[in-house]
Amino acid sequence: METTTAVKKYTFKDFTSDQEVRWCPGCDDYVVLRSMQKALPEMGVNKEDVVFISGIGCSSRFPYYMSTYGMHTIHGRAPGIASGVKLANPNLSVWIMTGDGDSMAIGGNHFIHLLRRNIDLNMVMFNNEIYGLTKGQFSPTSLIGQKTKSSPYGNTQPPFSPGELALGANARFFARIGGNNPKDMTQIFIDAHKFKGTSLIEILQNCVIFNDGCFDEVTDKEVKEDMQIFLEHGKPMIFGKNKDKGLVLNKLKLEVVTIGENGVTQEDILVHNAKEEDKTLHQMLVRLEYPLATGIIRSFTDVTLEEREDALTAQVKANSKFKKTDDLFFSGETYEVK
Amino acid sequence: MITTKTILQPEVLEAVVVRFVGDSGDGMQLTGTQFTDTSAMFGNDIATFPNYPSEIRAPQGSLYGVSGFQVHIGSVEISTPGDNVDLLVAMNPAALKTNLYAVKPGHTIIVDTDSFTKKNLDKAEYKNNPLEDGSLENYRVIQVDMTSMTKEALKDVEGLDNKSITRSKNMFSLGMVYWMYDRSLEHTVDFFNKKFKGKPHLIEANTKVLNAGYYFAETLELIPNAYTISPAKMVPGTYRIIGGNTATAWGLLAAAEKSGLELFLGSYPITPATDILHELVKHKHFGVKAFQAEDEIAGVTSAIGAAFAGDLAITTTSGPGLALKGEAIGLAMMVELPLVIINVQRGGPSTGLPTKTEQSDLLQAMYGRNGESPVIVIAASTPANCFNFAYEAARLALEHMTPVILLTDGYIANGSAPWKIRSVADMPEIKNHKVTEIKENWSPYDRDEKTLARNWPVPGTPGMEHRIGGLEKDRVTGNISYEPKNHEEMTHIRAEKVRLVENNIPELKTEFAESGDLLVIGWGGTYGSLHSAVKQISDEGYKNIGFAHFNYINPMPKNTEEILSKYKKIIVCELNAGQFSSILKTRFPKFEFSQHNKIQGLPFSNDELVQQFKLLV
Repeated sequence: METTTAVKKYTFKDFTSDQEVRWCPGCDDYVVLRSMQKALPEMGVNKEDVVFISGIGCSSRFPYYMSTYGMHTIHGRAPGIASGVKLANPNLSVWIMTGDGDSMAIGGNHFIHLLRRNIDLNMVMFNNEIYGLTKGQFSPTSLIGQKTKSSPYGNTQPPFSPGELALGANARFFARIGGNNPKDMTQIFIDAHKFKGTSLIEILQNCVIFNDGCFDEVTDKEVKEDMQIFLEHGKPMIFGKNKDKGLVLNKLKLEVVTIGENGVTQEDILVHNAKEEDKTLHQMLVRLEYPLATGIIRSFTDVTLEEREDALTAQVKANSKFKKTDDLFFSGETYEVK
Repeated sequence: MITTKTILQPEVLEAVVVRFVGDSGDGMQLTGTQFTDTSAMFGNDIATFPNYPSEIRAPQGSLYGVSGFQVHIGSVEISTPGDNVDLLVAMNPAALKTNLYAVKPGHTIIVDTDSFTKKNLDKAEYKNNPLEDGSLENYRVIQVDMTSMTKEALKDVEGLDNKSITRSKNMFSLGMVYWMYDRSLEHTVDFFNKKFKGKPHLIEANTKVLNAGYYFAETLELIPNAYTISPAKMVPGTYRIIGGNTATAWGLLAAAEKSGLELFLGSYPITPATDILHELVKHKHFGVKAFQAEDEIAGVTSAIGAAFAGDLAITTTSGPGLALKGEAIGLAMMVELPLVIINVQRGGPSTGLPTKTEQSDLLQAMYGRNGESPVIVIAASTPANCFNFAYEAARLALEHMTPVILLTDGYIANGSAPWKIRSVADMPEIKNHKVTEIKENWSPYDRDEKTLARNWPVPGTPGMEHRIGGLEKDRVTGNISYEPKNHEEMTHIRAEKVRLVENNIPELKTEFAESGDLLVIGWGGTYGSLHSAVKQISDEGYKNIGFAHFNYINPMPKNTEEILSKYKKIIVCELNAGQFSSILKTRFPKFEFSQHNKIQGLPFSNDELVQQFKLLV
């Protein structure tokens, strides 16, 4: 629903709370916080209409550092609470701030059902492939063999790929972005807000204490242009420092090709269509290890739960003879005692 | 159509209990409901209880596929569906076998002899036909070839298949029972006209069979006389028959309208609470937002979110679901949001006895959360007053900014009784603590002096942006605080807040003797059983017995101690191993509480209570 009141002008300072930020120095969480504070003034939404809901974990401290409405809830359950907030007042811009453990371990059930329903709200998942707040156990995204406090000889549980899980649950909007990339992150937050339906943004978030460098191979400034492909709707899937690498479809697989070699021209490169309903190609992009797909991978506009509910409610209201509860209570099989 | 009695002057009875039993496909619930509605309109007081098999479509004729409906009607006050039955209508051998125990010796059983085939007798595990082997000689058995007579009655009606014909035999039995108790057929015929609108052959068929049963009973020499039950003395007004779960749902609707808030329900299906969800989803015309969540936890958390955003928020469940919701209820208590949790109790522990009744979630409601986590706990006590207590749960949650657990149970939730309809205009006011005006040094935890309820600024209100959460907060600013003394003080504030609710609830009342030898104490859904047992003893001449029934458990009414001190002995009766009595013993250590407990998934029977109380007076 569009806001009806005039939108005030804000700067990022308007969204900063008076609480001292207590994340570890050097944590990517600071980048996310600042990107959000910069994105909000660009969203065209009044501050009083913004709500941050979190579960438990390092990332879930987020609402305390914003000057908007917020609730720091219980482990894994932010999606339920956020859904209730949004269904109660569809005028609000609702954000779930969560981590890999909060959303995909203890809150895994809520995560998939949130995406299935497509309520118009946003979820930012800080994926650091580790439990930080409990000081270093493996999470549902930790790699096989990863040594952690609860897997001293190496993790034996295969990980989830958040994107694959999300698309499997029919996510309409999925974006992935490095935790060291505030510029694109800010824009993705703005786009997620504008998108009608549930948006999921996976942040590749470095944990400097318990899993330092886990994404360096793809997010380090030196390598990121060669190791990531930043997808933009309507643009060719080209990457690399020299903008000479691209993706083509070879039979049923995505293949990296070099423009100018083996007769490959720019015309041969796939063009990204994030808005396509068919998610086959989005799933391939999500799975791709080299290059790692970042940016908005999928952004398919579908009917939201609120739209369905509103339409039904309007229809029922128009056809109902019950305007007040008295109409119901005194209807049907009643009788008089004298 | 027959509307007046043409023969013998019927014998007048005070009350009668009728049970209709048959296969789950035999339409016994409908038959029972029709008899109930007709008797209600005649002016009787009524209590009913359905008894379904837990299997959805149990094999025909099997012992575990028997479905029943019991109704107790009277010219006197009726407070339970009754223990033993005066009339059993059994549509097949399995129904007879599983229900014979309940028939009072010397009383009447109507059977459909056509269903007593070798096959059905085998399914019911009868070695011999009980209609022939003399095993029923202590009863008055009326053998009726109901299936064949139904077929005969319908031979000229066109457009009916065999199945529809056989299915309408329940109306033959209803016709017979109408004659036996001097009831008019009018209401049921009206019902056919509405239900089968546009299907004249079905209207004709059902009306014919109903009349056939009625005429058959009239001419049958096996029925020596008919009975009648005069109208009961009831408070004048407009009534309807209402089931406990429907009454609960309607109480919530009334509370939403009165408070001017939108109603949000977050729920997950669970027996025996699901009918509240079924009822509320119908009422989109009142703006009800009913959200069927992915699990019990999402049911309660979505409600907490809706409460944060300013709705009247509800979650409904039964015992296992309450266990799953515990952590989230603790959050609602900690962030001090209004939330109504309805627990329709069933037999426990674990999956327990899902379709049976019990009162064994009381201590879970009181203490089933981590940390010091007090909430308001109240209990409804009859099918009809589920309406009042659902309304009351909403009122207390909103006025005190805290979760309220309302306990009902399978017995009153599935039972039904006359309800004198309450107009919303006549219900008590409901205040809430929403704020929009910003004061200096404002905090979300600013409290009302009298109740300690915090204010309720909701998202969308400019200038009142704030954060709340499950971490301990500073008493003044509401910011996170790990300060030791502050935590202790906050713990006391949260407890005191619930204790102060005693100023906003009615005093405990006693019935029968105001002081004396014995005080019978009960709570929740056992009101009807306890009331009728104490009444019986009192009517028999024991005038020193009093009865106090609790609807408010945490906090208790202010005058509780005063009431307790007026009797020599106290007995606490509960359908559990002694949960309320353990609370009373802790709270009032100077009194001695004896106990009467039952944990069989069944309500108290009148006889067991009367016997027990007589030992003490």
